[in-house]
Amino acid sequence: MTMMDTLKSLTGVKRDFLHIGLFAGVYLLLALFISNSYYQLIMTIVAVWAVMGLSWNLLSGYSGLISFGHAAFFGLGAYLVALCLSVWNLSPWFTIVLATLACGLSGLLVGLPTFRLRGHYFALAMLAYPLALLYIFEWVGYQEVALPMEREAPALYMQFDNPVWHTLLALVLLVLALGISSLVANNRFGMSLLAIKLDEDAAEAAGINTLYWKLAAITVSAAIAGAAGGFYAVVLLVVTPLAVFGMLVSAQALIFAMFGGVGTLWGPVLGAFILVPLSEILYARYAADFPGIQGVVYGVAIIAVILFAPQGILWKVRALLKPDQFRILGSTASVADFGAREELLVVPPEEDETPVLAVSGLAKAFGGLQATNDLNFSVRHGELLGIIGPNGAGKTTLFNLLNGFIRPDAGEIVFRGKHLHKQRPNQRCAAGMARTFQVPKPFTHLSVLDNVVIGAYVHTRSKEEASEHASAAIHLVGLHDECHLPAANLTNKQLRLMELARALASKPTLILVDEILAGLDPDAMQEMLAVLRKVRGLGITIIIIEHSMQAMVQLVDRFVVLDHGALLAEGSPDRIVRNPDVIEAYLGKNWLDNEARDGEDAGHD
Amino acid sequence: MDGLQYLENFLQSLVAGLLMGSMYGLMCVGLTIIFGVMRVINFAQGEFMMLGMYFTYFCFAWFGTWAFFDGVWFPFMLALLAGPAMFLLGVLIHRLLINAVTGRQASQLEAGGHYAQLVLTLGIALVLQNGGLFIFGSNPVSVSNELSYSAWEWGPMVGDRVSVFVNQAQTISAILALFVVIGFGQLMGRTRLGKSLRAAADNPDAATYMGINVDRAHRVAFGFGVAITAIGGGLLASNVSFQPYIGTEYVIIMYAGVVLGGLGSVRGAFLGGLTIGVLQQVSAIILPNQLQNTVIFVCFLIIILLRPQGFFGRRERIA
Repeated sequence: MTMMDTLKSLTGVKRDFLHIGLFAGVYLLLALFISNSYYQLIMTIVAVWAVMGLSWNLLSGYSGLISFGHAAFFGLGAYLVALCLSVWNLSPWFTIVLATLACGLSGLLVGLPTFRLRGHYFALAMLAYPLALLYIFEWVGYQEVALPMEREAPALYMQFDNPVWHTLLALVLLVLALGISSLVANNRFGMSLLAIKLDEDAAEAAGINTLYWKLAAITVSAAIAGAAGGFYAVVLLVVTPLAVFGMLVSAQALIFAMFGGVGTLWGPVLGAFILVPLSEILYARYAADFPGIQGVVYGVAIIAVILFAPQGILWKVRALLKPDQFRILGSTASVADFGAREELLVVPPEEDETPVLAVSGLAKAFGGLQATNDLNFSVRHGELLGIIGPNGAGKTTLFNLLNGFIRPDAGEIVFRGKHLHKQRPNQRCAAGMARTFQVPKPFTHLSVLDNVVIGAYVHTRSKEEASEHASAAIHLVGLHDECHLPAANLTNKQLRLMELARALASKPTLILVDEILAGLDPDAMQEMLAVLRKVRGLGITIIIIEHSMQAMVQLVDRFVVLDHGALLAEGSPDRIVRNPDVIEAYLGKNWLDNEARDGEDAGHD
Repeated sequence: MDGLQYLENFLQSLVAGLLMGSMYGLMCVGLTIIFGVMRVINFAQGEFMMLGMYFTYFCFAWFGTWAFFDGVWFPFMLALLAGPAMFLLGVLIHRLLINAVTGRQASQLEAGGHYAQLVLTLGIALVLQNGGLFIFGSNPVSVSNELSYSAWEWGPMVGDRVSVFVNQAQTISAILALFVVIGFGQLMGRTRLGKSLRAAADNPDAATYMGINVDRAHRVAFGFGVAITAIGGGLLASNVSFQPYIGTEYVIIMYAGVVLGGLGSVRGAFLGGLTIGVLQQVSAIILPNQLQNTVIFVCFLIIILLRPQGFFGRRERIA
């Protein structure tokens, strides 16, 4: 095997670490080669901003929650180091570590309330933190904190005669930030963040504790930003509120990551390495005439990126090199290595007669609309229960109540002997309740395998174990030949099979299946029914919402019929299709006649 | 300080808050139109306000000395004129930049284009404020005239011990702001143009099938939003001093007002802005001046965390 082959065979973290090592070596050589102190300063600053870009990317690039407030953590780190040195004479060697920890904690404290918000509300709320801090620091009287020169033992205070030492320290920070980013990205941490980015509801339903991973991301991200800020104070020797809490700081972190390539390891580094020197050089030349030139450069850069390469340079280059390939995040591994061990998914039969799920008095209103109204029913272990009813009968609302997307106004849900009160969907998934969606919610930019692996995380420790379960589920639904495709390339039937596999991979006791037959042709429908019977054969209890009575009658043990949110009837298929209430509310008078005629036709054949 | 002194301070702050709040309310209306019709969070709205301020400032500096224009009303007229001028700029920016990530184009982008829109308008904000630094300079300026330093006295009341002074420039600005809001409300409610904007906001696809040019509706809405906020800025210019970076703090004030009123609701936005103005001025009684904005940012956080659908409007109401 040649050297190149060896390199290519390395995957994930190992390959990243090799690249980081090579990069650090080149940067080190360059730093030692340059003796001009201005260029040395630029090399230091570039690395600091690359770290900030990575910090932003770790939260916003991976999870898709755009932060406009990373200056808050950067500024806190900078002020902590500057004030500790000027007031207590504490060395930055110690206080940068302290700033890292303190800012990590502040990230956690910011995240706890702010993650109640999503999308643009989150972005706007994040903006308020650094700006509020900016005015507080001005008010307290820290308009300008200068770091005192330590003549006795300068190295002890990170003050060096030769600025190359600052470049080297910045490089150490950068290597650490890259290493952490790579570890996160190649772990279930990063996969969970990606799932949140692509579809937060689907991630939550698939058992991902979205709040936990978001908090973890903002904590790590803020810690890195705090370290960068603390070190920045040491390099520049003076800290002002506008320079560290200002809008431009948050904007730069965002711009470097988005410019280089959002959600990639090297994007933020690339962005900083292009834009920082460019703006510094222009600033040095034209600042006298054009004081805001840096801001203009960054503004133009980000406008250009949004218009011409919305995901950043790295993704654009990739799309140009491989024009026919869909943008795929995560891995492109195959199920071939993980086998089809169906036994992994088997649910052992229960001796106990208590129902898997018991619902009593369940009620939910949206404004004046009573979507669910005093609903009572239960499901036996291993049963296949069909839920039918006209459009707007409250079927999907019932599923949302069961899996925890919405909270009931009244009533109780008992699942496997435990009352479900405030459990979030991921906790219910962990307890053994999985679901699919009426409108499929795939993680579009992930492969089929990764989609299903995400479902398996909830009960597995390692990526291998998760992959084994995912592989078993993929084989069971028959998608093993498509496992490496991005979910966005799947057909309707394949998407629904993939969602079923994702649900199966979480090793559920109960699966809620929402209109999985919708839009399938008769052959595909029979195929799907066969898969559902296989799932049932594993001992898994199924509740299925469906409109196709023909298909349902073949499949289910028992029906629950809903109308206007209330229970209209329940019972075995042959009784339900003859129930006059059900015929009036849902099936229509012709249904039985048609059935009878179909039966006669079959008899004549 | 005795109780009456507190009463006087409170009334004084309340009146100032209502007057300033009317201008904030007007700016909030501009912001909420853009969100209401286009579902776009415009981050550069503070910079459009800033441009409205400088428009008023420079026109005043250039033409204000001409004998014909001499008069205390002139700056207020200029503020209103900032509207049409900034409308054209808004339409141009929409056509060249915003249009690429909104409307029909947005559906091909991740997360419905929300992130692209946020980041694009952030870029526009950076270019405008830093370009403004180059063109306008960094020295704080204002469009002060004799009305800015004149006040009507309200009172004395309570046995000659309480008097409230009502700043004349603030009062005129507030009244004009109110007129612009009412006029715009009539435009949206009564005219064919207003109906097409509301239809485009309500359901872009259905509006397209009904023969409404949604791209054009968006362009007009963006122009209106920019123009109205710029008028607010122009009116504010007679009452505060400003520099090219002023947009960032005011964009938060605007968002605080808009979120308070419920994103997308015109009436809610005006009331929200009014509330923020009162909050800002009244908080100054007990808190140091520098913390006025911190109070607003903290209020903004509390509002958005507790009740992101706002207090005055229904959730995501249409402009």
